Amino acid sequence: MGVKLLLEKANVPGIRTYDVYRREGGYAAAEKALKEMSIESIVEEVKKSGLRGRGGAGFPAGMKWSFIAKPEGVPRHLVCNADESEPGTFKDRYLMEFLPHLLIEGLLISSYALGSNDTYIYIRGEYAWVADILEEAIVEATKNGWLGKNILGTGFDCMIHVHRGAGAYICGEETALIESLEGKRGNPRIKPPFPAIQGLWMRPTVVNNVETLAAVVPIIKMGGEEYAKIGVGRSTGTKLISACGNINKPGVYEIDMTISVEDFIYSDEYCGGIANGKKLKACIPGGSSVPILPANLLLKTAKGETRYMNYESLSEGGFATGSMMGSGGFIILDEDQCIVKNTLTLARFYRHESCGQCSPCREGTGWMEKILQKIELGKGESSDIDLLWDIQRKIEGNTICPLGDAAAWPVAAAIRHFRDEFEWHINNRELSQTSNFGLQHYADPIHVPA
Amino acid sequence: MSLQFNNEQMTEFKRLVARYPEGKQKSALLPVLHLAQDSFGGWLPTEAMDYVASLLKIEPIEVYEVATFYSMYNLKPVGKFVFEVCQTGPCMVSGSDNIIAYIQKQLDIKPGETTKDGMFTLKLVECLGACGYAPMMQVGKIYREHLTKDKVDAIIAEYRTQAATK
Ligand SMILES: Cc1cc2nc3c(=O)[nH]c(=O)nc-3n(C[C@H](O)[C@H](O)[C@H](O)COP(=O)(O)O)c2cc1C
Ligand code: SF4
Ligand code: FES
Repeated sequence: MGVKLLLEKANVPGIRTYDVYRREGGYAAAEKALKEMSIESIVEEVKKSGLRGRGGAGFPAGMKWSFIAKPEGVPRHLVCNADESEPGTFKDRYLMEFLPHLLIEGLLISSYALGSNDTYIYIRGEYAWVADILEEAIVEATKNGWLGKNILGTGFDCMIHVHRGAGAYICGEETALIESLEGKRGNPRIKPPFPAIQGLWMRPTVVNNVETLAAVVPIIKMGGEEYAKIGVGRSTGTKLISACGNINKPGVYEIDMTISVEDFIYSDEYCGGIANGKKLKACIPGGSSVPILPANLLLKTAKGETRYMNYESLSEGGFATGSMMGSGGFIILDEDQCIVKNTLTLARFYRHESCGQCSPCREGTGWMEKILQKIELGKGESSDIDLLWDIQRKIEGNTICPLGDAAAWPVAAAIRHFRDEFEWHINNRELSQTSNFGLQHYADPIHVPA
Repeated sequence: MSLQFNNEQMTEFKRLVARYPEGKQKSALLPVLHLAQDSFGGWLPTEAMDYVASLLKIEPIEVYEVATFYSMYNLKPVGKFVFEVCQTGPCMVSGSDNIIAYIQKQLDIKPGETTKDGMFTLKLVECLGACGYAPMMQVGKIYREHLTKDKVDAIIAEYRTQAATK
């Protein structure tokens, strides 16, 4: 069993309620932070912990906090990003649904450290029942003196507000989220200015992911240095992985980042192996935006070394032969899955979610979907693959926000690693309508030149 | 104007607006549109959007812009129960295509359509954050997960009964 810092108590009956959470040691970290620690030392502990943002980009949380501007007389805000809409990702939902007070406690400590008197949780609109659970937890926390005025007699006031989105993946991007929180369309802003200087209502704002903010609780409890001892290298602490697709045990798992990808997939403690006795074909290890890898590059790097479930190892080999940790949405495809079809559903997703501000993203996502649809329906031409490649290259790096890149990468990686499957579709138009390319050589050992 | 929040809805409206600082009441727009949609029959006629604009003291166009941007707001009438079935990658590899085809067959409608009796609408949506519990759909406030054909039949029957007894 690996170390559990976030989900340790997830199975305690009634842990969703304040009384049980408190009895199990909840709010002790908040008490310690507010009563015994200075604001500087809280930020210092978070820095020492090496905690990296769990929303996808992996930016060091402590460093982000230290960037927040503190102009005299201007309120600052902490915003918790609970938009969670990246396909394959459902870890924040789990955390909020089962351990709402862990998030509230993390938000309280973080709000105190950042000086946010009004903190917002921006939750995707579809998680309506989760929003209710959070609201209930906030009422309980307020009743027990953890939110409201003059918390624990420190003079610090803090209220947490739940704000429901309304169905738009782009609102997970932090500046689009801020626009949406202001009651507008979710169009990302041009940076700079960065939210840390001018964010919500043009006030200094920090946006962090749910899991990042929950992790502040164990960090304060055990100290940043102890937290940093868990894991390896710059992948400190624990990470929530939401595993889905063709595995025996889909679900949310907390891992310490020293476990190998192979163990994660095949051990009974985690995914429990590929479902229905099938073989592993491919995996998207960090949410739909990150590059897909064939089985042979997933379990071992191109150098033939074991690949591990951490930031560095998953990206070993760069985009040529590696992928990314991303949001921790771990999607497994078995031997029966069609890479063209899978890529098509993702291209459709990004076309649907593009906010339309930049032409490379708006037009490019539409074109990619159309061409993939054509190939999938057995009407592809051999020039289509190069055309797809060209389009994705024209999007990448030429847009206001990273959604453009996120749309380009899955297509690029699918072509890079599964080109022969695309070619097979094009050369076998009729056959491709009734059967699949299958596993082929994608799980074969890779030839490593000496 | 005939569309109006009743007392209870108005209390909820005030609670929502109070979350934001003075003068920033426009921030309540998304939550208030959810409230309006829930209060006025599951969709947002122009009249409802204009009403929301007047309550928040903003221009109607500011409301239209937002209502058309977000996928959860229905700008056309929908059935009593809306089946929003996820069709994105992880659900697709877990068999959502079969479930979508089965629902179409059982309800005799295509995606985007409503049954003649006004009971069910079928919508295909993108990832709802339930990928590990696929195939799945959202119906109103709740998620129905691990769908099978039998489960779909049971769910349809359940809502029919619910509608008949109300
Ligand atoms: C298109 C897009 C969607 C995103 N969606 C989310 C999301 O749903 N949740 C999230 O925490 N971060 C999301 N992000 C990342 C946020 O912009 C931001 O980096 C993150 O909330 C910062 O928090 P962290 O440092 O704690 O990870 C998204 C980014 C992009 C470009
Ligand atoms: S890259 Fe796409 S989603 Fe991002 S701002 Fe441009 S058009 Fe909008
Ligand atoms: S892909 Fe269907 S819920 Fe995520």
